[in-house]
Formats: sequence, structure tokens, C-alpha cells
Amino acid sequence: MSAVRRLLVVGGSWGGITASQSVLRALELPADAATALVLHRQPIRSALAEVLGRGIGCPVEEAEDKMPLAPGRVYVAPPDYHLLVESGWLSLSTEEPVKYSRPAIDVLLESAADAFGPRLVAVILTGASTDGTDGARAVRRRGGTVIVQDPRTAEQPVMPQSVVTAGLADVVAPLRDLPAVIARAVDRAGASA
Amino acid sequence: MSGPAGPVDPADGAGPPPVATADVEDVELDVLLEAIQRVYGYDFRNYARASLRRRLWRRVTAEGRSSLSGLLEEVLHDPGAMERLRVDLSVTVTSMFRDPPFFLALREQVVPLLATYPFVRIWVAGCASGEEVYSLAILLREEGLGDRVRIYATDVSDEILERARAGRVPLDKMRTYSSNYLAGGGRDGLSRYYEVEGRWARMDPSLRDGVVFARHNLATDGTFNEFHLILCRNVLIYFDRILQQRVHQLFDDSLVPLGLLALGARESLVGSHLQATYETVDAEVRIYRRSGT
Ligand SMILES: C[S@@+](CC[C@H](N)C(=O)[O-])C[C@H]1O[C@@H](n2cnc3c(N)ncnc32)[C@H](O)[C@@H]1O
Repeated sequence: MSAVRRLLVVGGSWGGITASQSVLRALELPADAATALVLHRQPIRSALAEVLGRGIGCPVEEAEDKMPLAPGRVYVAPPDYHLLVESGWLSLSTEEPVKYSRPAIDVLLESAADAFGPRLVAVILTGASTDGTDGARAVRRRGGTVIVQDPRTAEQPVMPQSVVTAGLADVVAPLRDLPAVIARAVDRAGASA
Repeated sequence: MSGPAGPVDPADGAGPPPVATADVEDVELDVLLEAIQRVYGYDFRNYARASLRRRLWRRVTAEGRSSLSGLLEEVLHDPGAMERLRVDLSVTVTSMFRDPPFFLALREQVVPLLATYPFVRIWVAGCASGEEVYSLAILLREEGLGDRVRIYATDVSDEILERARAGRVPLDKMRTYSSNYLAGGGRDGLSRYYEVEGRWARMDPSLRDGVVFARHNLATDGTFNEFHLILCRNVLIYFDRILQQRVHQLFDDSLVPLGLLALGARESLVGSHLQATYETVDAEVRIYRRSGT
């Protein structure tokens, strides 16, 4: 099994399931990339991985503690756990909610920024909170790329708008353009490393 | 990490220069953990890095510093700062009947196995403020095992053990805990087991009768008894793989043949050197059974 050389992280809240589904469905990533995803949701067991996996051409699975990152896979945070990225694997945590959320997008993005630096692409989708903005700052600080769903195409504009307002977006794009924009950014993320 | 914001360029496609490279920060982190171990004897060197780093940075900001080295200087010269950091570094989040399907499986699958022993010893490792221990004691009483069981509840933190002994739970949480209890197969209504004391629910002290609360450090201490069941839920996720292996070995040394091991909802023995010697009792709720030899 080859190593994951670049990582895509995606955060979504209100409306995020539909939005991330439409993005992942049309997305083609290089073979050495993996994807990790935080969607705010109720802290109950649910079949999110299964729901998301429908219509997506690659396996979607709920992350386990210390699960090795494998290329081509999509990992989602389990309910009520933060999802963190280490250099070759994932880990989980039950520390306090961040901005009322567990899992929190900030936690995923900040840890992924440390582990992947310029080889990281972060995407902020629709949502009604400001989770993701601090994470986006960490991604930029480590040389990664931040892509934001155009708030005007978001079911809830607050979350993507917060990143844009903070001046942290490298690219702002409408939902339908995101797959192409993301694929280009992930390609470049590999080249600059 | 959530350090202070570096200078942020407008969205022009080129990111700002990194304030400190990840490599430099890794060195600072190693030095900090090494120093804390040598000066204070607290060993966080084999804790999982990503969440550790995040909590360290929270303290950096709270102490008005701007780097891990700054925090190092502070904790080396001020035991008070070390104390604040130590509290930050331990995640003690817990709840009663956390993950109800687990408690249901305990009732339906584990209790019948435990009932075959004349006397049962259980170890709750990393018990935090005790909610899990009281939940377990209630369940065992309802299943008729109450007076045949001794529970050893351990944690690394003395303060948290003190809270566990006191057996007081914030009253505003009891609604959630009651529904957890019922979802976990509870028979009576949780309110039978506590009295309201202001903003607290004080757990029935008799639930503590068979319980020993004691300090035990999974990173450094050895085995201290043989157990029929070990619960260690949501603790190993804070350790790296090296320390996880150590603790798995410790549990292996502390279980009777055919003893049971219960891990947290998203933890498993997959990838552990001991995986082959355990069978899965319930994959969904992470209950394992040691082989007979
Ligand atoms: C998140 S709590 C889990 C509480 C409970 N088991 C549950 O699942 O609700 C983690 C606990 O592990 C304890 N802990 C951390 N490091 C430890 C160590 N080296 N040895 C023993 N306990 C430790 C912490 O003090 C904390 O109380």
C-alpha cells in the first residue's frame, strides 16, 4: 500500500451532507491522495458513511482510532468524537466541543495542517457556525490551500462567509465548480512539496 | 494547533510564510515533554501528538506566550503554570451510561459470563470522575451480581479520583443520563439511585460499597491483580501506538484466562500485537475475550 502524499480535508455543517456528496461525487483526485471529512451532526450512531458512500466511486468509512491513512479513501468523523490527522494515521479525541461542535472542523484542520503542511487542501462548505475559520488560519500558516464554497451558493452562508471575511480563502467558488477547483489544488499541492 | 494568528495576506493565492515550520515545532514539543518528565515526573512523551499539541497551544495562548518554547520557560520556573498545563492536558470528559449499546451488551452478553464466577473482580482503568463506575455498579446490582463484585476504579489524577469518590454528578446532566440508562436496558428509573442536593445529584453511597478508588498510571505502573473484566474506554485514544501496546500488554497480564476486555466505541485491538490472542465478543460495542491459555 503506497503512502498518502497529499490530503484533502472538508468541513460542512448545515446543508453539508448534500453539499459534500455533490462535491465528492464529481471529484477526481490523484492516486496518492486521501480525504477526511467533518460534518456536524447529532451525537448518535448513524449511517453517515453509508449515506455519503452512495454514488461516490470510492469507499467512505467512519474513522477508527489510529487507523492508517490509505490513498483513495474517504474518512468521516464518528459522531461525538473529534477527528485528528497525524502524519500517517488518524486519531480520535473526546475533548470538549469546539464552538459547540464535536466533531469540530477546526480540530481536523489544525491537526491536518501540522501533519501535511503545504500538501494539504482544505474546503469549507455550507454551515451556520464559524467552526472552520481558526482551522483555515492554521492551514494557511502551514502553507496549505483553503478553498471556500461561494456563500451565495451555500444553504447557510455563515460558515464559508466567516472564512472569506477573515481573508483566509485562496479560492472562492460556487458549489458546482468545486470539484474541478479542488482537483486542481490537490494536484498543485503535490507539486509544491 | 491554534496559535496566535500569523500575518495574513489578502486572498491572493500565495499563503503567508509559515511562522515556525512544523519541524521546528516538533523539536520544541519533544524538548518540552522531555523537560516536564525530568523536572516534574509527568510523562506525556507517548501521548498521541495531534491532540496533545492542540491542548499545549491552548495553554501557550492562555499564558500569553507565543511558542512552545515560551511555555517551556514558564512551566520550568513556575510550578503553578505546570499545574495549569497538567489540568489542560488531561481530558476527563465522561458521562453516565456513555454509549448505551455498550451497557446493553454488558447486561445481555457479559453478565451471564461473569455470573459463572463465585466472585468477580473488575478493573475500570481511566475512570475519570466516576460516572462510568456508578453506571456499572447500578447495572450489576440490577442484574443480581452486586454483592459478588469488587470494582477497582483507577485514574492517574488524584483530583479526579477525589471527585469520583464524592459521587456527585451535575443535576442538569441527569436527564440525558436517564435516557442513556433506559437505552442501556435500565430497569427502574435512574432517580432511584441518587438524591438531589442543590445543583448536584448525589449517587447512593451504597453503590460504592464494592468499589476501591485508587491511583494508577497506565504509562508507568504495573499489574496489581487478576481481573475477570477490564473496562478501559476512551483512554487509549490519547496514547500513541507504543504506549497503546504497553497498555494492551498490561491488560493481558491482568486478565484471567477467558477474561473480558471492553474498549471505547471507536477503539479496537486491530493492529495490536495481541489481536490474535483475543476473540471478538461483540464487534459493534468493542468487547473482546482473552484466549484460554
Ligand atoms: C476521556 S476520560 C475517559 C473516562 C471514562 N473511561 C469514559 O469512557 O467515560 C480519560 C481518562 O483517562 C485518564 N488518563 C490519562 N492518562 C492516564 C494514564 N497514563 N493512566 C491512567 N489514566 C490516565 C484521564 O485522567 C481521564 O480521566
